This record gives sequence, structure tokens and C-alpha cells, in this order.
Amino acid sequence: MIIDHPLLGPRDAAEFVVKGDASLIDRPDGLAEGAGDAFHDYLHLRDNPAGVHRELWYHEHGDRSWLVVTRNTLTHEVLKVELARDAARARGRSR
Amino acid sequence: MHYSALKIFLEGLTGNRGWGRVWREPEPKPAYDIVIVGGGGHGLSTAFYLSNEFGLTNVAVLEKGWLGSGNIGRNTTIIRSNYLLEGNQPFYELSMKLWEGLEQSFNYNAMVSQRGILNLYHSDGQRDAFARRGNAMRMTGAGAELLDRAQLEKMVPFLDYENARFPIKGALYQPRGGTVRHDAVAWGYARGADRKGVDILQNCEVTGFDIADGTCTGVQTSRGAIRAKKIVVCAAGSSSRVMSLAGMRLPIESHVLQAFVSEGLKPVIPGVITFGAGHFYISQSDKGGLVFGGDIDGYNTYAQRGNLPVVEDVCEGGMAVMPMIGRARLLRMWGGVMDMSMDGSPFIDRTHIGGLYFNGGWCYGGFKATPASGYCTAHLLAKDEPHPVAAAYRLDRFRRGVPIDEKGAGAQPNLH
Ligand SMILES: Cc1cc2nc3c(=O)[nH]c(=O)nc-3n(C[C@H](O)[C@H](O)[C@H](O)COP(=O)(O)OP(=O)(O)OC[C@H]3O[C@@H](n4cnc5c(N)ncnc54)[C@H](O)[C@@H]3O)c2cc1C
Repeated sequence: MIIDHPLLGPRDAAEFVVKGDASLIDRPDGLAEGAGDAFHDYLHLRDNPAGVHRELWYHEHGDRSWLVVTRNTLTHEVLKVELARDAARARGRSR
Repeated sequence: MHYSALKIFLEGLTGNRGWGRVWREPEPKPAYDIVIVGGGGHGLSTAFYLSNEFGLTNVAVLEKGWLGSGNIGRNTTIIRSNYLLEGNQPFYELSMKLWEGLEQSFNYNAMVSQRGILNLYHSDGQRDAFARRGNAMRMTGAGAELLDRAQLEKMVPFLDYENARFPIKGALYQPRGGTVRHDAVAWGYARGADRKGVDILQNCEVTGFDIADGTCTGVQTSRGAIRAKKIVVCAAGSSSRVMSLAGMRLPIESHVLQAFVSEGLKPVIPGVITFGAGHFYISQSDKGGLVFGGDIDGYNTYAQRGNLPVVEDVCEGGMAVMPMIGRARLLRMWGGVMDMSMDGSPFIDRTHIGGLYFNGGWCYGGFKATPASGYCTAHLLAKDEPHPVAAAYRLDRFRRGVPIDEKGAGAQPNLH
């Protein structure tokens, strides 16, 4: 697989470490009501879809940026690559 | 029909005309007591033990493809009971005991071969960890020996003992580990269940569950609706897809593991050997091919194929332990999709939906578990209480804070 890095251009997937589902960006509020359940689901449960999947990739052997890669899990086609920072901000996170 | 030496002799005299089909191909009935979703190793062994041990025969196995099209026909056939933790080791030792009597119990040649498994260690710290694991194994009667380098060299002289980065210092040896002909396991269990009247329905994909008032009363399939009092899903790598039809999210990600087979060679590798400093394991099939593999690719996938970085990593591992295999030519390689769980351990449990049960999360080690998994799943279905050795395999164990994490890697499926 080739990951088209937004800053560095096309890079071999072997340079990256895969963290998993991009929903891990949405860390629950630890002080909110029902935080225990929210953290259980956040940490352990996954949609694990067959098809389009957004996931966090870390460019360990490169510029060490976190990316959100949108990929098809049935074909390995890479559909979109963004900086995780941008994706997180778009969801209302401060950084 | 019972297979025996006498039968072979008589068939030989009469032109082999009397063998008959190994199992029937029945039409689906409108209802069963128990429906099993998935005709892989675990679904078929569940059907076998339900019908042969627990006397429940009004049972159907629903398989979307053909028997053996999933991981039961894709794995590298290694069996062992060399786990450390209490929730796991007694279960895998039960499985080993069932393997030892399997061919007699289902009257089928599965080529169970206890040729031994060697886990190499490369440092003092690793030896201490293996000594501890070996003691845990001995406490369950699994048997284990800690070999030093001299003992190991007598058994396998061809390893690269003086490797500058990862010298080989010895091995943890389980003589009862080995390999089993994987397709024959599926066929043997299928035949054994079929002989007691279990319907094995191929090309029958489950497309939905009939759930009303929190109870599951049947399934929708590509061959029509089927009602059942109890339904158990044994869909391995497709667990999340199938359970999502019942509205459930699982503590599972689907990942691919690749396997490799070389051209046929004269006998060189006596048992199973695993590298302790990287991801590589190997055995030699009875046809002579070197069967080997390594780590999972590490990203979510449902494509039954992997990518080149892992191929390179596996081959580097092989060359680090036994440089002699560098001249063997690769004949075939393939991938299988596995259900990697959040702690690397499986599930055999009821769900919160009445009548719906789940068997899955077997990761890359579910072949060796096939007999005990079927036995314990059948026990759960028949008695509605977990078998004692599978009592820890609950779906709510993360919520309760009691994961079974052999590697201590945390909720990160691609690290288990
Ligand atoms: C390359 C590789 C090497 C491995 N090596 C080993 C090893 O050496 N030792 C070991 O112990 N384990 C090993 N494993 C793991 C082991 O193969 C699996 O854990 C185990 O086979 C999974 O259980 P199963 O046999 O029931 O799975 P499968 O055979 O995959 O059975 C699941 C079945 O469910 C069916 N299904 C899915 N969805 C539906 C649906 N909607 N309706 C109906 N049916 C459905 C599938 O078609 C499939 O046949 C390996 C796995 C791989 C991929």
C-alpha cells in the first residue's frame, strides 16, 4: 500500500505504524456522567466495517506525524489521507 | 459408514464402489433446536460435540461458502498448549487432550502428529520467562522441558546459534505439540456430526437475525428463513460483520495473517520451531513443503491477502534462525482474515440477546483450540452454563477489568 502523505507525498506503508479506528480521536470526557461506560466503549468496541474505514496511521519512520487514512478494507484501496491534526480540529478539538 | 482397515481391504477387492458420500447435502428445514452460523472448524466441532456428547441432533450448520473455505483451510496447522495465564492454559490443555483422542472419536484420519514444538530463547531474561511459562504448563499437565543450547543442538543442529544479534541459547520444548491436517479436521467433524443427523448446509449465508423483544428466534439466509431456539455465531474473521446484523459492536478488529509454503523437500525440520526474537515460525508438511509464517499485517482488512512488507519481515526472520532455507523456492502464499480481540483471547459466551450465543476472537491461534472450543460451546448451548475451563471467555471481561492478556499489550489488537 502507498500512503499519499499530505506533506511528503507518496510513502510506502512500511514506514508507518497503524493505531486503528480514527474514532480514537474522540476521547470521552472523563468527568461527564457515565464516563466509565463511555471509556469502555471507546477503548474496546469497534465498528470493524468491511468497506470504507477511517483509521489513524503514525509515520514512525518519517516525519512522525499522525495521519487519518481513509481506506477500503475489502480492496486495500487508499481513498483519502489527511493530517490527524486537521481531522481533529474539524471535529472541534483544540489541537 | 465406518472407516477401518477391513473396509479398505474389502473396497480394494470390489473396485472401490462402496465408499459413498462423506456427508449428506440436505435441504434446509424450516426450524431447528440449534443453528450454528459458520462451517469452519469451530462451528463444525460445536455440531459434532452437541450431537455426539450432549445428545442434541436437531441441529444445522449454516456455511456461506463451502466447508473449509475459511481459516480452517488456511492455517499453518500448529497445535500446542503452551499458554501462561489461568484463563487460557487449562482450556488449551483440554484441547490438546481432545486432539490426542480425536481420530478415534470421529473415526477419520486427521494426521494428528505430535512432533513437538520448540520456542527458541535468545537471552537470559527470555529464558527466565520461558521457565515460568514451562512451570505454568506443567501445573496443568501439559508437559514442558527447558532445553539448553547443547540439548537443542542435538535435536536441531542447523540453527544459526552464533547469530551476532540474536544468538540462540536454548528452547522451551513441548513434546506433545505438533501439527494436524487442517482440512481433515473440518471434514472429520462434519462427517461425525452428519452421521448423527446434523444438517450441514453449504452456500447458505446468514443475512439477518429475527430479534423481537430482546430474543432471537431465527435467521434470514440466502436459502430462506430458518427458525431456531438457540443460535450460535462461529464466523471467525467475519464475527464483527455477522454480529453487526444483530446490532452488536464487538471488542474485535479483523486482520490478515499470511502463510507460505516452499517446494517439497526431503525431511529437514523435525517439528515446529518458533523464533523468539522476531516473527517467524516453521514446520514441514508430510508432503515435504516448508510451511511458515510470522506476524499479522497490522491494519484492518477483510481482503484475504496481505502486503509485501510482512513477506520481507517473515523471510528476514527465517534467515536469522536458519539460513539454510534461503535456497528453498516459495511455491504458494496466501492470507486469512482473523478476528483479533482486544486482549488476544477468545470469547465463548451468551450475548445480551436471548437465544443468541457467540464464539469468536480466536486471533491467529484458533486452530489448536478447535476441539475444546467446540466442546465448550456445545456445553454452553446444552447446559446454559459455561464449561469450567472456558468460564473466563466472557464478552464483558473488559468492562469488569479482567482481560486475559498473555502479552500484556493492552487494548491494541495488532500487538497481540
Ligand atoms: C495464515 C494463518 C495461519 C494460522 N495458523 C494457525 C496455527 O498454526 N495454529 C493455530 O492454532 N491457529 C492458526 N490460525 C488461526 C486459525 O486458523 C483460526 O483462528 C481458526 O481457524 C478460526 O476458526 P474457524 O476454523 O471456525 O474459522 P473459519 O474456518 O474461518 O470459519 C468461519 C466460517 O464462517 C463462515 N461465515 C462467515 N460469515 C458467514 C455468514 N454470514 N453466514 C454463514 N457463514 C458465514 C465463513 O465462510 C467461514 O467458513 C491461522 C490463521 C491464518 C489465517
